[in-house]
Amino acid sequence: MDITVNILLTIATAATPLLIAAIGELVVERSGVLNLGVEGMMIMGAVGGFGAGYLTGSPWVGLLAAIAMGALFSLLFAVMTLSLATNQVATGLSLTLLGLGLSGMIGTGFVGQPGVRLPNLDIPGLSSIPVVGKLLFGQDPVFYISIVLTAAVMWFLFKTRTGLTLRSIGDSHASAHALGIKVIRYRYLSVIFGGACAGLAGGHLSLVYTPQWVENMTAGRGWIALALVVFASWRPWRVLAGAYIFGAVWIGQLHAQAFGIPVPSQMLSSLPYLATVVVLVLISRNKRLTMMNTPASLGQPFVPDR
Amino acid sequence: MMRLELVKRPQRSALFSALSPFIAFALTIIAGAILFALLGVNPLTAFRIYFIEPISQVWQLHELAIKAAPLILIAVGLSVCYKANIWNIGAEGQFIFGAIFGSAIPVLFPQFEGPLVLPLMLLLGMVGGAAYAAIPAFLKTRFNTNEILTSLMLVYVAQLFLDWLVRGPWRDPQGHGFPQTIQFGDSAVLPELMPDAGRANWGFVFALVAAVLIWILMGRMLKGFEVRVLGSSPRAGRFAGFGLSRMVFFAFLLSGALAGLAGISEVSGAIGQLQPVISPGYGFTAIIVAFLGRLNPLGIIAAGLVLALTYLGGEAVQSALGISDKVARVFQGMLLFFVLGCDTLIHYRIRLIGLALTKQEGAAKLDAAPKLKEAR
Repeated sequence: MDITVNILLTIATAATPLLIAAIGELVVERSGVLNLGVEGMMIMGAVGGFGAGYLTGSPWVGLLAAIAMGALFSLLFAVMTLSLATNQVATGLSLTLLGLGLSGMIGTGFVGQPGVRLPNLDIPGLSSIPVVGKLLFGQDPVFYISIVLTAAVMWFLFKTRTGLTLRSIGDSHASAHALGIKVIRYRYLSVIFGGACAGLAGGHLSLVYTPQWVENMTAGRGWIALALVVFASWRPWRVLAGAYIFGAVWIGQLHAQAFGIPVPSQMLSSLPYLATVVVLVLISRNKRLTMMNTPASLGQPFVPDR
Repeated sequence: MMRLELVKRPQRSALFSALSPFIAFALTIIAGAILFALLGVNPLTAFRIYFIEPISQVWQLHELAIKAAPLILIAVGLSVCYKANIWNIGAEGQFIFGAIFGSAIPVLFPQFEGPLVLPLMLLLGMVGGAAYAAIPAFLKTRFNTNEILTSLMLVYVAQLFLDWLVRGPWRDPQGHGFPQTIQFGDSAVLPELMPDAGRANWGFVFALVAAVLIWILMGRMLKGFEVRVLGSSPRAGRFAGFGLSRMVFFAFLLSGALAGLAGISEVSGAIGQLQPVISPGYGFTAIIVAFLGRLNPLGIIAAGLVLALTYLGGEAVQSALGISDKVARVFQGMLLFFVLGCDTLIHYRIRLIGLALTKQEGAAKLDAAPKLKEAR
């Protein structure tokens, strides 16, 4: 029983960064912007979070620094794609490349240093309830943030007027502009929100998941988050489900390696990436469904004609 | 408060089209100077060590050619993809599979020697790269799957597969447990161009030939026209009878084959055996090379040499100044950013305007409004 609970707990820990990064990117894409820089913003969040936590000794400062780092880094993308109307695919890629390089450089002095870990929430009494206690009341704070964030984004996008406006921009920026909606302003805010989320996801990696700094420690999670958004057909609750499925795959292959299953560890390690490909194929096979759900102006630059 | 405003040019600016890579490079240098100053190094000293010392002797130029060869080979292939608006970003994986396929001959049949070995290896390398690139192409054409994500995911898979090969079935039994294959035999090693002067090998020649061939293809042949039309307007391409699916396969197979050729050339030329890691990110850096070269094969040759220099410079500042060689990746990333930003100038004029109109401007607008109505 304990083993099951522990496995479920580790799945939640593995799923949380994927969920947060994907929810952020979902909002960005709903506003019609494709930011392929998730991996770069995430790794910058990871190094910023670790650095601030290590230098101040406070994991909470670290977490805030991670969010700020991700948001700041995304601003670079926003200026390029929104104010200068550059190609979003290429700019997102360069954000990832720059982030991987910059984080490696910033983190040179952090390699091998002991990090600080965000303590688990531990409500006396409640968390000692068998099975559900630990799962519901004894996890790390970011886990709760991720759940609240998902619910909040779901409510914001589908129950508020501003959310509706944001979605309309994603579907037709020209019409939204003609209606007097500040397309560029909405998109700036969306991109920065996405950056903050990616930064938080990175901070979770270096302050909770493995409280240390390792170069390239995001290991493609930013890209998987991007795939999750497609998999979820741009619906928040499906992102939640997808993130937990991928968390399970990630943890499953780790456990399989630990149990010494007679399959090369490298093949098990490649499972999450292969699973991403398979899932993408399954979901995009239905061309009409994808076309219907994809924000119609996704990835297209917008220059207001005044 | 100031605001940026883009004003569309009536036609693309030829001036900025030619200038933009140079402006981008200048901006990178400025940003780099700030970066070095922040790191507490005199920027002038740093630049001398970064950009000049690594190419001040003949043997060093050979090292530059060794680094530039894979970058140019991969980037010319990618330029065809990007011109066609097809986003292959998994060249790193195709590079690895080219290296694996080509290495199969010297690793599995070490007794096989003679003049046939190398051509076969190079051919297999191209087949390997193309085959690996065919996966995202097939998934895109058959299942409508986003090629950006699939081609990238396959990079991780390729890296893990190579890791498994050199630690498992292909490991050198006499290698004292090191994760590497046997050293390739003499007939499986790509010859050096001028062994007396430096280490540069035939890979650099392949890169130049590939660039010229692709330049002819893109500028002088129908296929190149097809690529450009489908890239800028898929609808117009369909009316002209150009098939998008065929183009996806063409672009992926071509760029995959070139990345595969780069992979096997690197392994058989510069390294001499397979190791767990055979590329310092050439497949990703080549994306920057392609854009810095303005997706023009001849421009890519120059851009490849510049980016190769950033690698050498990174190693140089690490050994001379103790700065992390990751600085090279930062330079490369910044360069791409500035290139993309400067490319905006080709299509747009940039105007800085205040948010509030000045009195004069406001009056001018009011004046103009009724006249416009009358004109209608």
